[in-house]
Amino acid sequence: MSIVENHTLTLSPRISEAGVADYIALLKPRVMSLVIFTALVGMVIAPGYFHPVLAFTSILCIAVGAGASGALNMWYDADIDALMSRTANRPIPAGRVTPQEALAFGLTLSFFSVMTLGILVNWVAGGLLAFTIFFYAVVYTMWLKRFTAQNIVIGGAAGALPPVVAWAAATGSLAVEPVLLFLIIFFWTPPHFWALALFRTDDYARANVPMLPVVAGPDATRLQILLYTVVLVAVAAAPWPMGYFDAAYGLSSLALGGGMLLLAIKVYRNRTGARALRAARQLFGFSILYLFALFAILLLEVVVKAAAPLLW
Amino acid sequence: MADKDELPGIVLTEAQKKRQRERSIAIALALGVLVILFFAVTIVRGPGVLVRPM
Repeated sequence: MSIVENHTLTLSPRISEAGVADYIALLKPRVMSLVIFTALVGMVIAPGYFHPVLAFTSILCIAVGAGASGALNMWYDADIDALMSRTANRPIPAGRVTPQEALAFGLTLSFFSVMTLGILVNWVAGGLLAFTIFFYAVVYTMWLKRFTAQNIVIGGAAGALPPVVAWAAATGSLAVEPVLLFLIIFFWTPPHFWALALFRTDDYARANVPMLPVVAGPDATRLQILLYTVVLVAVAAAPWPMGYFDAAYGLSSLALGGGMLLLAIKVYRNRTGARALRAARQLFGFSILYLFALFAILLLEVVVKAAAPLLW
Repeated sequence: MADKDELPGIVLTEAQKKRQRERSIAIALALGVLVILFFAVTIVRGPGVLVRPM
């Protein structure tokens, strides 16, 4: 009788029970929808003709690239996610997907999205998409998020890049307009995420994530929100007097900016109890509407200008 | 000589089989989309398919 025959195999390899829905959840579909929308706007305001098949390919690659960085983020942050009520039911902390599966999924999608965009559209866009994924997954997730209270300020650059990638896909180059879109999203990110952090402070503190309210306190965060909102309103309106976007955009931007500013002032003034929480929630909710509306106006302008000759 | 005491190996439960089938279909669909995408772009770009700005 050999040694091998005596050996009883007791290893029980884990068989994945992850469903398709779990993998879709790894892509952060809600974040992806905003990425798709802002990228679409970056693409339609770009000059010249862009073939619809190439446009579709570009948006698909940008969406998949954004999803891939979301999956890599969930892989690396599984320990943090398990501690926060907002994220505890994500596929990895809930035990539906293993970290290795999420890592393989994220890396595979990153590779295919970048290569497909580079090969089928152009390498300026492909390179920018690779940089975006790297910035979000490595610079933000692995470094900034656990290291500094400025995590979402600097990391916001990753979320602001999709319209730039889309513009590059359409034109093969860069220009001032996509940089303006980048700046709008960049300065929108701090008030948006700090408003969230104000009513999720306990979550972040439990997970030891140095978000601004945890590190500097809620009052310092309220001041920062107000200051960044002032800068945001100015940056968002600037393309109008600079002559890049027209009056319809400029006036809408000022009106929407007024709403953001009023809510940021409300957050600054209401510092205790239920009113403080309600103010932060209102600013968080409105900030999503604000960015969506601002980009929707740009999209609408292009559509109206394109349709005008057909109408009269 | 055939081994009559073969280990049963890994036996998947019905739920695991169902999920595995779903994942396989999703991968097949994704690969199908990729093939169609490359074909469509090749048609759109024509002979200059590999000529693009670097």
